[in-house]
Formats: sequence, C-alpha cells, structure tokens
Amino acid sequence: MDVFPIIVVIAFFQLVIIQKPFPDLSQTLFGILLVVIGLFIFILGLESALFPIGEKMANEFALKGNPWWIIFFGFALGFSTTIAEPALTVIAGKAGDLAAGAGAIESDKNAIASFVLGLRFTVAFSVGLAIAIGVIRILKGWPLIWFILGGYSLIVITTFFAPQEIIGIAYDSGGITTSTITVPMVTALGVGLATSIRGRNPMLDGFGLIALASLSPIIFVLGYGIFIYGASGL
Amino acid sequence: MSSGIFELLGNALGGTFLDILPIILVLGFFQIAAIRKMIPHLKQKMIGLVLVVLGLGIFIVGLEQCVFPIGTQMAHQLTDLYFLAGNDSTRMEILQNSKHIEPGIYLWTYVFAFLIGFSTTLAEPALIAVAYKARDITTGAISAWGLRISVALGVAAGVTLGVYRIVTGNPLHYYIVTGYVFLLIQTWFAPKQIIPLAYDSGGVTTSTVTVPLIAALGIGLASSVPGRSPLIDGFGLIAFASLFPMFTVMAYAMITEKRTKRKEIDEPS
Repeated sequence: MDVFPIIVVIAFFQLVIIQKPFPDLSQTLFGILLVVIGLFIFILGLESALFPIGEKMANEFALKGNPWWIIFFGFALGFSTTIAEPALTVIAGKAGDLAAGAGAIESDKNAIASFVLGLRFTVAFSVGLAIAIGVIRILKGWPLIWFILGGYSLIVITTFFAPQEIIGIAYDSGGITTSTITVPMVTALGVGLATSIRGRNPMLDGFGLIALASLSPIIFVLGYGIFIYGASGL
Repeated sequence: MSSGIFELLGNALGGTFLDILPIILVLGFFQIAAIRKMIPHLKQKMIGLVLVVLGLGIFIVGLEQCVFPIGTQMAHQLTDLYFLAGNDSTRMEILQNSKHIEPGIYLWTYVFAFLIGFSTTLAEPALIAVAYKARDITTGAISAWGLRISVALGVAAGVTLGVYRIVTGNPLHYYIVTGYVFLLIQTWFAPKQIIPLAYDSGGVTTSTVTVPLIAALGIGLASSVPGRSPLIDGFGLIAFASLFPMFTVMAYAMITEKRTKRKEIDEPS
C-alpha cells in the first residue's frame, strides 16, 4: 500500500514520457514484493520493541529524578546513532572529494580520510548536543520556538562567513542525520519524557527533538567549513 | 541471480544491524549503569528488535533491487540533453553550446521531481512511525494519513523548487533563508500544539527512501545541465525537502483547526 504511489509514478514516466519498456520487469516486481514485506515486518517490530523500550527508559529516568542521567543519555543516543549513519558517511565522502578538489585540503587519501572523519564527528557531536539541549528543554518546559529562532539566526549569521563549497552540504546534512531507526527511538524518548513529567504536554513538549537534531548540524558543518576553508565574506 | 539476492540481503542486514547496534549499546549501558533494573519482557523486546532489523533489511534490498536503479536511470534520462531536445541532434548541439538554458525545457523533470518526492515520502518508514505516534497522542485528532499526505506534499513542493534552483543555478541560501522567514511568520499564526511536530517533520521525512533517490536526481541534474557543477549545485535538494514539510504540516493543522471551529459553531451542543 505504502509503496504503491512510487510504482505508479515510475511506471507512468517509463511508459508514457520516456517510452521505453521496463528493463528486468521480473526483478522489479520481486523487489517491490520485498519492499512491502520488509515494511510490514519493520512496523511490527517498531511497535513491539523500539517504541516501548524508548518510552520505558524515558519513564524510568523521569522517576529517578536525576536530570543529568537523562541529558547524558540524550547526548549518547544522538552521538552514537549519527556516527554510524550510512547516509552521512556517503555525503561526508562527497564533501571530502569536494574539499580536495578545491585545494582546501591535500588531495591524498589520508588527508581526505581525516577530513571525512572530522566531518562525521562534527555532525555526530552536534546531533548529540542537540538532543541533550532538547531534553533540557522538555525538562524545563521551555517553548521550542525560541530554540528554533535562535538556531535559524545562528545559521543565517554563519552562512555569511561560510565558503560557498560547504553551504549545500551543510544544509543537506541537517536532513540526513536522522535515520529510520533513530527517529522512532528519539520520538519515543521525547514523548515518553513529556508524558511522565507532570505538567508537560506530550504534543507540545514531546516533539521537537528531531527538529533540533536537524538544525544544529547545519551550524556545526558551516563552522567546520569555515575552519577548513577559512572564512569568506559574501 | 538468487545467490546475488542473498548476498545483498546479508549486506543490508549487516548495515541495519550496524545502524541499530549503537542504540542497543547505549540502551544497555544506561539500563545497567543508571536504571539498574532488568528490562521487563526482555524476550519479547528482543524478538521485536530482530523484526526491526529484518524488516528494514528486506525493505532496503527491495529498494535497491527495484526502486533505486529505475529512479536513478530515470533522472538521467529525463535530464539528458538529447531527450530534452526532442530526440533531435541538431537542437541538442545548440543546447549544448548555449550559455543560457531556458528553465522551461525541464518541465518533465519538475513533474517527475514533484511526483517522486510525494510518493517516496509516503513510503518512508520513519514518517510512518512518527505519524502513528502523533495519532496516538492526539487520540486521532491528527490522523496518520493526514499528516503523511501533508508532509509528502511539502517534500514534493520542496524538491520541485530545489530542482528549479539547480537548473537556474541560484545560490541555495537565498531560498533557504527566505524560507526561514516565511516559516517564522507562519509559526506565529499556526496552532501552538502543532509547532513541535511540524518542525520535527522536516527532519523525519528525509531518510532511507527519499535521500538516495533525491540525491541521485540532484547530482544527475547538476551534471547534465550545462554550466552546473555537480559538487556545488548537486547538493541542496534535501535541504529543500526538509524545509517545506514544515509549511504544509502547519497549514494542515490550521485547516483542521478552522474546520473543527466551524463545526462547533454549526452544531451548538
């Protein structure tokens, strides 16, 4: 059901616009079958494990009453899941080639590898920091919009000094960092926390962790770009 | 061919396992160090985690087998100058040598970008997860489908505008910063309850399904449009795709709020 629209779009373009028959039709159909089965199993596991575990943890932490553990937990969760994120590895690799091509770093393998690793650590740290700040926000019940406003202002200011080459990658990195497994986990944490703390509204306070986690990498990657390429005025 | 599938499946399961391993380690560490209690129903939870890894692994193999190759191929075909020139090689040469390309000839690419953005977002597992959560919390006031469709419309609009930007070569941050300004204005008028969810939906949308397809579209486009560099202009589509759902989700909430208010006026209890 969920992948049906993709099939319609692709079939329409292949047959009507490009007007060529499908290559490997049987393989395609088999792939679609896998997608449907996989998605079904994933959602089953999500509702029986990832959601309950995340909420249970948040609950226990809220009962414990020691905020430092929750904040530390948020940081660890954000950092560890981002450093392993496959999409980030790919994009960081592309950014490394770009930096080498522009002459910002030496174009031998070691220099590129250390640039890529630095970038991945930067993003992972920024996601960890964002989740930790987001957890503090839930604990205190501060409105999300102030953080968004502050974050956007920082992005705009940093963009002014950032080199052209990094801007596209930086803005993209915000969306990439939150993977299919991290999102349900972090959402469960936020909602669970907001549900267990008295006076917090799960809708108003529980969401927003992902928002911060997609915002802060932009600032940090722009900063990393300035650090590597040197500042450039617009 | 069948052994190839199993190899792919093994790789995908390995990748998904690596993806979930840090979460398990962090959970285990905090469970032991901070909470110091056994997880209740441990066996059931373990089975659930295995299902998550297995399901995502199978899903990814299916994507790589059917959706990605076709999507990438299609992005290339649609942005090919020969196709744009109406399969006419003299026109193609004119296009190739002209410094300025009329953004209008990429019409089919825009349509494709819109539809593929919409349809891939509907299939995004992370978005399904968040939509279920939002539905449960609001006890159905925010329907899972309503949220998913508004996010999908947002991604579609974002990717289309992003593709237009690649064709014209305008600087990315002009668009994004303008988007931020409008976003803040809309936030002022949107119902308070929806704001965190709306801002979350920006980051949620771009995961397993959408990112590879859209990235392929952007880089394919930037390498075939004359005068564009794939490394500078090819990025940015994901930024658009994470920005626009915030608009549409807030708009969705504003519309539903208005409708419930009108209902209350129409049917005084």
